Amino acid sequence: MAGANTIIDIRNLGLTFQTADAPVYALSDINLQIEAGEFVSFIGPSGCGKTTLMRIIADLEQPTAGSVTVNGLTPQEARLKRSYGYVFQASALYPWRSILRNVTLPHEIMGGSRKDAEAKARQYLDLVGLKGFEKKYPWQLSGGMQQRVSIARALSFEPQLMLMDEPFGALDEITRDKMNEELLRIWAKTRKTVIFVTHSIDEAVLLSTKIVVMSARPGRIIDVIDSTLPAERSLETRETPAALELAQRVRQGLKAGHSYDGQ
Amino acid sequence: MASSSGVSGLTAGKKGASPFRWLSPQGPILPVLTIVALIIVAWYGLAILLNRAQVSERLDGAGASWTVSDLISGTWSMERPVLPAPHQVVAELWKTTVEVEPTSKRSLLYHAYITASATVAGFIFGSLLGIILSAGIVHVRTLDRSLMPWIIASQTVPILAIAPMIVVVLGNIGITGLIPKAIISMYLCFFPVAIGMVKGLRSPDLLQLDLMRTYSANRWQIFWKLRVPASVPFLFSSLKVAIAISLVGAIVGELPTGASAGIGARLLSGSYYGQTVQIWSALFMAAFLGMAMVYLIAGLERLALSRMGIQPAGGK
Repeated sequence: MAGANTIIDIRNLGLTFQTADAPVYALSDINLQIEAGEFVSFIGPSGCGKTTLMRIIADLEQPTAGSVTVNGLTPQEARLKRSYGYVFQASALYPWRSILRNVTLPHEIMGGSRKDAEAKARQYLDLVGLKGFEKKYPWQLSGGMQQRVSIARALSFEPQLMLMDEPFGALDEITRDKMNEELLRIWAKTRKTVIFVTHSIDEAVLLSTKIVVMSARPGRIIDVIDSTLPAERSLETRETPAALELAQRVRQGLKAGHSYDGQ
Repeated sequence: MASSSGVSGLTAGKKGASPFRWLSPQGPILPVLTIVALIIVAWYGLAILLNRAQVSERLDGAGASWTVSDLISGTWSMERPVLPAPHQVVAELWKTTVEVEPTSKRSLLYHAYITASATVAGFIFGSLLGIILSAGIVHVRTLDRSLMPWIIASQTVPILAIAPMIVVVLGNIGITGLIPKAIISMYLCFFPVAIGMVKGLRSPDLLQLDLMRTYSANRWQIFWKLRVPASVPFLFSSLKVAIAISLVGAIVGELPTGASAGIGARLLSGSYYGQTVQIWSALFMAAFLGMAMVYLIAGLERLALSRMGIQPAGGK
């Protein structure tokens, strides 16, 4: 049941694409509640609809069955009220804007004073560890730094909800570890509700308070796992017995989902 | 065409490189000079070949005996040669630009100015028309379907067929001088701008557009904050093409009227009176003018792109 703190409530959600030969069931019978302040990962093989599910929450895609509410509003109303910040797989920075002006972009769209926008932009660039890069242009930054700018951009207008779609998927493992550490630190500071799409078990285990395991054809939820890890975490937390056990359970869920494929 | 080599020449230098890099031994100066030298040698040879019949006839008519060197020097110094020698063209260019007042009707600079003003007027209005059309096409589906075929069809009609009609029709209602020529230029140059800008305004990728949607940006904001800046490199590429063909349009516009001024008028009067030296010097002036204008746009492009933090595209 949806409690007082429920920020996202998904009921009997489905999405079916009508194609020329047969309908494609992208998502089927999804039920999920997310509480405020949670860090929820969607994990599953490619094509399981985890990104699609997040795009539905963001009103970038429309479901064909069921309902979603974000803060009690429809996704469209929530989008119009700018209640979420979205981080894409690629940084999607505008190359003609300096780093600072990339981060002030949402403020420019939403209105408000330029001074406030710049103050917020500087504050969040500082938070993601990019103080001093304000005047640089995107091409002068590495991939990991660009993705950090896009996180600062999503945080800059202080939405309650962060939607992150495989934000570190394109980065190498070393950079990804570093980014995970950064994200833990940022999340500990801001305590936003985060939905995080990934296909890395390690990443999901390390970051999440709740892991949603999904499987493909049709995309559905196999298992919802509440994390047993302590709130205080670092990269080393991944090696603890609790984390290994958690990873094992995720792996089993993914395997179980896979066995449906043959039928 | 001369102008196209100008474009690549200007964008070749990478950011931060010395502006005089092209003069260094590794730069393009040596190959360019070699080609120029070859062209000049071939040109002198062709001048002998093409003019010798007239010269030998004249020498025969004079009665006295003549040598090969008489023949060669004759072919290089005729008053109305089939092909004037390079130094004759240079001398004519010098005479008509430096030795006469720029305001005189005998000055090639005056004629270049007349043509350039029609070119620039047509270029400005044509570019504006192209930009407006592209904005409409990108935003309104019906315009995309209904306008695009007409835009393409407009360019399949030879400009030589349309130019006289525009000049005659406008002349009939009392409009002469710069405007008809500018309209012909505009007719030619709106096309590359419209095509280039449609592509440019559509160049933002899905992520960049989705990002705007997550901010609930309206069409106007998406247009000014995303589509327009993304289209700037495309705009300048098409402007360089547009200004070059705008010049062609202005010259073509001067031909059917028997205009008294402009590079086209110089070409026309040159061919009436068999003044080939005048024709060639007018041709060179047209080429210089075209190069200067394309260089100007390329300069503006570098300025605009570097201010936008983008490295010039199409360089290398």
